[in-house]
Amino acid sequence: MNLILFTFIVLLGFTSYYFGRKKAYTIQSTKKRLTALPQFYGYYLAIWCAIPAFIIFSLWAIFEPTIVKLLVLSDYSNQGYLDDELNLIYEKTKALSRGQFTGEITPFIEASAEKYLSLRSIAQSSKVVIVLSAIIASVAYAYKRISSNSRTREPVEKFLNAVLFTASLAAILTTVGIVFSLIFQTIDFFKVIPLFDFVFGTHWYPAKAFVRDSSEALDPSMYSDTFGAVPIFAGTFFIAFIAMCVAIPIGLMSGIYLAEYASYKVRQYAKPLIEILAGIPTVVYGFFAALTVGPFLKELGTSMGLEVSAESALAAGGVMGIMIIPFISSLSDDVITSVPQSLRDGSYAMGATKSETIKRVIFPAALPGIVGSILLGVSRAIGETMIVVMASGLAANLTLNPLESTSTITAQIVVILIGDQAFGDPKTQAAFALGMSLFLVTLCLNIVALRVVKKYREKYE
Amino acid sequence: MNKNKEQLLNKRYKAEQRFRLYGQSAIFMALLFLTIFIFKIFSTGYSAFQKTWLIVPVNFDAELMMLDENPTKQDIEDADYYEIALQSMWNLDPNANEDQQNQLKRMVSYFFEREIKQELLKDPNLLGKTKEVYLTASDDLDQVFKGNYPRDLPEDQRRVSDYQLKIFDQLVANGNVESKFNISFFTNADSREAELAGIASSFMGSIFSILVCLMIAFPVAVLAAIYLEEFAPKNRFTDFIEVNINNLAAVPSIVFGLLGLGVLLAIFQLPRSTPLVGGITLSLMTLPTIIIAARASLKAVPPSIREAALAMGASRMQTTMHHTVPLSMPGTLSGTIIGLAQALGETAPLILIGMVAFVNTIPGSPMDPAASLPVQIYIWAESAERGFVEKVSACIMVLLGFLIIMNLFAQIIRHKFEKKWS
Repeated sequence: MNLILFTFIVLLGFTSYYFGRKKAYTIQSTKKRLTALPQFYGYYLAIWCAIPAFIIFSLWAIFEPTIVKLLVLSDYSNQGYLDDELNLIYEKTKALSRGQFTGEITPFIEASAEKYLSLRSIAQSSKVVIVLSAIIASVAYAYKRISSNSRTREPVEKFLNAVLFTASLAAILTTVGIVFSLIFQTIDFFKVIPLFDFVFGTHWYPAKAFVRDSSEALDPSMYSDTFGAVPIFAGTFFIAFIAMCVAIPIGLMSGIYLAEYASYKVRQYAKPLIEILAGIPTVVYGFFAALTVGPFLKELGTSMGLEVSAESALAAGGVMGIMIIPFISSLSDDVITSVPQSLRDGSYAMGATKSETIKRVIFPAALPGIVGSILLGVSRAIGETMIVVMASGLAANLTLNPLESTSTITAQIVVILIGDQAFGDPKTQAAFALGMSLFLVTLCLNIVALRVVKKYREKYE
Repeated sequence: MNKNKEQLLNKRYKAEQRFRLYGQSAIFMALLFLTIFIFKIFSTGYSAFQKTWLIVPVNFDAELMMLDENPTKQDIEDADYYEIALQSMWNLDPNANEDQQNQLKRMVSYFFEREIKQELLKDPNLLGKTKEVYLTASDDLDQVFKGNYPRDLPEDQRRVSDYQLKIFDQLVANGNVESKFNISFFTNADSREAELAGIASSFMGSIFSILVCLMIAFPVAVLAAIYLEEFAPKNRFTDFIEVNINNLAAVPSIVFGLLGLGVLLAIFQLPRSTPLVGGITLSLMTLPTIIIAARASLKAVPPSIREAALAMGASRMQTTMHHTVPLSMPGTLSGTIIGLAQALGETAPLILIGMVAFVNTIPGSPMDPAASLPVQIYIWAESAERGFVEKVSACIMVLLGFLIIMNLFAQIIRHKFEKKWS
């Protein structure tokens, strides 16, 4: 139904464009000077067709469900139901009206389902009538305006400008959405679990916290020693540290080699090949770490008499390091190539060898940019999910032994939220609190890194 | 004195060579990882494109199928195939005891009766006759035939019994086991049985998510880029938008999953596990990538183009829409494709919005529950059965194939259509 209406309105838009342009030609044929190109007359009409339709559609989308719900539930208003029960009744009503209801059908619910359906159809038809009449009215108004040959290009361009501006707000909206989705659950979580326990507690067993009934959920004593995030944070930074131990030397050295030593040919082939590593989906790395690297390390360790967990932090961190190599190598490559040639020439003129020039002149000059690229790499390592979910442990051990298994923020979020979630359960809220801390940590890293890189670029531009 | 100098120089040259070697070995290491990686995936995955069939004589006994004489098509459709299917497996070893009969049955896939039914539906004249029918081997025998399953393990640690192996070897010796191209891997939906599991549902899920993502992210990102590059005044607010975009590009993907869960599912009440929600979530993720690419390619259009158009009396909007934007399109499109390729490989946010649900139907629209290719990889990788290992690798090969095609496409667009200004 909505689709038909939508198509019809789009068709109306095209027709009004056509009539607008035709009107312009008629005006032109009377030897009057047009105020804009004929198609602007068309655009003008089409925009006047689109705006009311858009407004009314959005109003309906926002208010129709709430109003219908209010009206349906008004039958139950003075019978002393709780809010939750009313919601349940409403869900049942909706399910019944869609024919998907499986439980016992009471006459009350049947009556409300009928009411629901009739309200919906009233809403639908009134929407059609209102949309169409609004469109006709606004197009008629616009047609009158273009008949008197008033300006059309300026309003059309203003409208386009407004559309462009709105689109550019999408990035801000996304950020707001992220903060919005995280913050409420996080606040609810800290109402039950004191912030102190979360930040300094050393035991993390979210599985212990399942809600038995709704009265128990808010009893904080039940969750003491359950949501201490220290092992998680430690595990996250530990695995990221292992990853950087692999990624920094290899990435940095290959970046330096590509920028300073490699011939054009080597650079042409090696650079895109290394960048393939960045294009491989992380779930593939996770599979590789879990099925190849983990067992391999375990076997290697056993042959050396060491006890290695199959889900060791080393396997996850090492593979993550491989994933981060291309980020560091291509960023540091860029940074090094943008160091001015005069610095190199000065150093060579003093008799320095190439490596001395790199170590003593270029590297210090490029250091801020390199630090920025490493920070971006760290932020990626901390936020990486699939590798740790698949290859590292799921139990949060507080350990600094790379051969044991640990868990990370991202892995815990996935473990908690996989499958069905009940909002309002401290366990679910814990995942959002972890997400919030992840967002904040990476946000700080990103802002610092981006600022450092930008400052550095400006220095040599 | 001179000797000292020479020693020093030698030392410095040695250091130079060492440094060079470090660089070379770093590159070598990175490429080595890539090679091991690809080799590993291909060597475990290629066998999944083959499927093992057992050729078993089936007697289409009308009586056992509870069919009357001259059955209609509907009768054949509704007939009972389980009995004849069971009989045909038992006939492989007429002397089998009850336990062995059970084992015989488990040599073929769980839905073997369906394959027999298909055979009869194809040719109703078979009724009452015996025909050799291709039945999908169970995933364990499939692995045995491909040589991926160690036969020398003690029997109680194997999922294939000695008896099953004996019968299977007889079949092999008689030429009644055949390996053919595994079409069902591409046409079947996911299944709990490894030998029947395919990627069709997750593939369609991926396609739908990517389409939704494209339809939302591309227009919004291009419009935003046009505004920021061509119209935006330089002030605090536009700086703020810039910081936001750059920062969003580096936010971990799982946070977008939490956004999808907390806003799209919890507040807007969109249906769980659907490519629609997945696509919207992915579009928010790809938005910054496309905006950055589109801005870069708008910036690359030389100012002389704009000046020429303005000099001819075009308005700023006309200059932008008629000249700048079309000229920047190749760069924007290739950036979009690269952004979509990233979105195609994304897993974590889709897991959070419930696209890990087991889906054994092929979705027909973005509103149907589905998985996606990377999520399918995750689901199979978490399954314990040996048959899924090669499936995972094969699925990875398909996914990597798509990513390579998309990236090549982006390269071609960039090189073929982008104007070189200089």
